[in-house]
Amino acid sequence: MFDRIFEKDVAITGVGQSAVGRPVARSGMRLTLDACLEAIADAGLTRADIDGVACWPGDNNNGDAFSPVGPNALIGTLGLQVNWYGGGYEGPGPLAGIINGAMAIASGLCRHVLVFRTITEASRRKVDKNASALTNKTIGRDSSFFWQWYTPFNVLSAINLMGLYTQRHFHEYGTTPEQLAQIALTCRTNAALNPKAIYRTPLSLDDYFASRMISTPLRMLDCDVHCDASTAIILSRADVARDGPNPPIRLEAIGAALHQPWSWDQIDLTATAARDVGEMMWARTDLKPKDVGSAQLYDGFSILTMIWLEALGLCPRGESGRFVEGGHRIARNGQLPINTNGGQLSGGRTHGLGYVHEACSQLWGRAGERQIAPHHVSVVAAGGGPLGGSVLLVRD
Amino acid sequence: MTRKLPLLTEDNSPFWQGGAQGRLLIHHCADCTRFFHPPAPICPHCGSFEVAPRPVSGEGKVLSYTINHQAWRPDLTEPYVVAIVELAEQAGLRFVTNIVGLPAEAVHIDMPVRVRFEQHEDVWLPLFEKDA
Ligand SMILES: [Zn+2]
Repeated sequence: MFDRIFEKDVAITGVGQSAVGRPVARSGMRLTLDACLEAIADAGLTRADIDGVACWPGDNNNGDAFSPVGPNALIGTLGLQVNWYGGGYEGPGPLAGIINGAMAIASGLCRHVLVFRTITEASRRKVDKNASALTNKTIGRDSSFFWQWYTPFNVLSAINLMGLYTQRHFHEYGTTPEQLAQIALTCRTNAALNPKAIYRTPLSLDDYFASRMISTPLRMLDCDVHCDASTAIILSRADVARDGPNPPIRLEAIGAALHQPWSWDQIDLTATAARDVGEMMWARTDLKPKDVGSAQLYDGFSILTMIWLEALGLCPRGESGRFVEGGHRIARNGQLPINTNGGQLSGGRTHGLGYVHEACSQLWGRAGERQIAPHHVSVVAAGGGPLGGSVLLVRD
Repeated sequence: MTRKLPLLTEDNSPFWQGGAQGRLLIHHCADCTRFFHPPAPICPHCGSFEVAPRPVSGEGKVLSYTINHQAWRPDLTEPYVVAIVELAEQAGLRFVTNIVGLPAEAVHIDMPVRVRFEQHEDVWLPLFEKDA
């Protein structure tokens, strides 16, 4: 099926993250610099070594809090000299920067690519309650190629689409609200051990059912928590990665496929693009789902974690509810620990790269109080609906 | 309930304006005889340009639904039902809409529904109500 697995030429050599808060009293650019400089130093590099920059979604809306800093602004501010750089919203979800950066290295354009993602939604929401909640910001008639099919029906937030997926999952597979709640509960339990997490106080099932209904069956606690943060990852060519201070974490396989329409309603409602992503990723490696020691699975909305569990073959299709029930299998000491930093539901909506940062921290044994049992393989997946990407990471 | 309306184009205006004649118009391919949505100049199934809007029965069933409780705008104070309706003509032929005319809690998956148009300016929104 694939005759060249380019990502095997690429490894993660350093990670960095700014303060994470609600809000953080720093500009988006300052948060970005904090994360990027920490990552560069962590990889044992200097600014002069960075010859590529990748970002998703980039500065797609003139400083919008969803992504206030893109490669254009960072390159000059940090005084980088790059052979390649890229950003932009259209791509396989929040891991697109990792995937694009890896391609740039594998194709010989770069040796060390700085991948970053900055978000300042918490600051913005102090002045505009609906900032980033409303998915369509166009003034007047809707000319978006896909939102025009939703906004006339007052689908104004992605949660309505997620509610449709969740209700269908409940219907097809008998998934229950109690099972869905376990994602939020597990994330909160993990967040208690993460000093950077936004919400660290214990959460009970009663608390979950007391939280406000937003779009049935999804409640406030099924939604991730806005924050200000920046996360940075250094990708290096595998042969030079060995010179750094950290054991390289190889990109064993990526998934970026979309074999369905780019649409939130024309795709398979319970498999979404995640199914195509998972099939592609496993077709690019000899490893199997049983080899995965930890999973960092997108939880912008709780249902998406359930969908990723199934799409990546970590549990059978339709079985995610029963798999997570009670929480023991997905706990820190379970067979498949997930979202070990609290995910986005309790840790904060770092939006994609936070999962990669956490996977690397765990693989390197640097996760402090929340460190789980040593393991060599971790899977990271991010996105929802037609957006999806995954990376299988291996520390040899 | 106010609505944000779509910008009308050559491709989408049959869908949004068919209701003026009480018709739900869905793009159909003359070559492979299949419907498709959203409307476009080419059939996504077979690649044919022999496509044109064609009236459908307006009958379908609820594929999934969600009851929105959040007032995203000040006027959206009452819960409303967002649904994906699958049309009777073809498996998988579907779009996002609202279910109206019955209490939100009464909506369920597989409920038979029928189109009911609601005019806003030059757009006739295809909403659905329970098919008795
Ligand atoms: Zn055709």
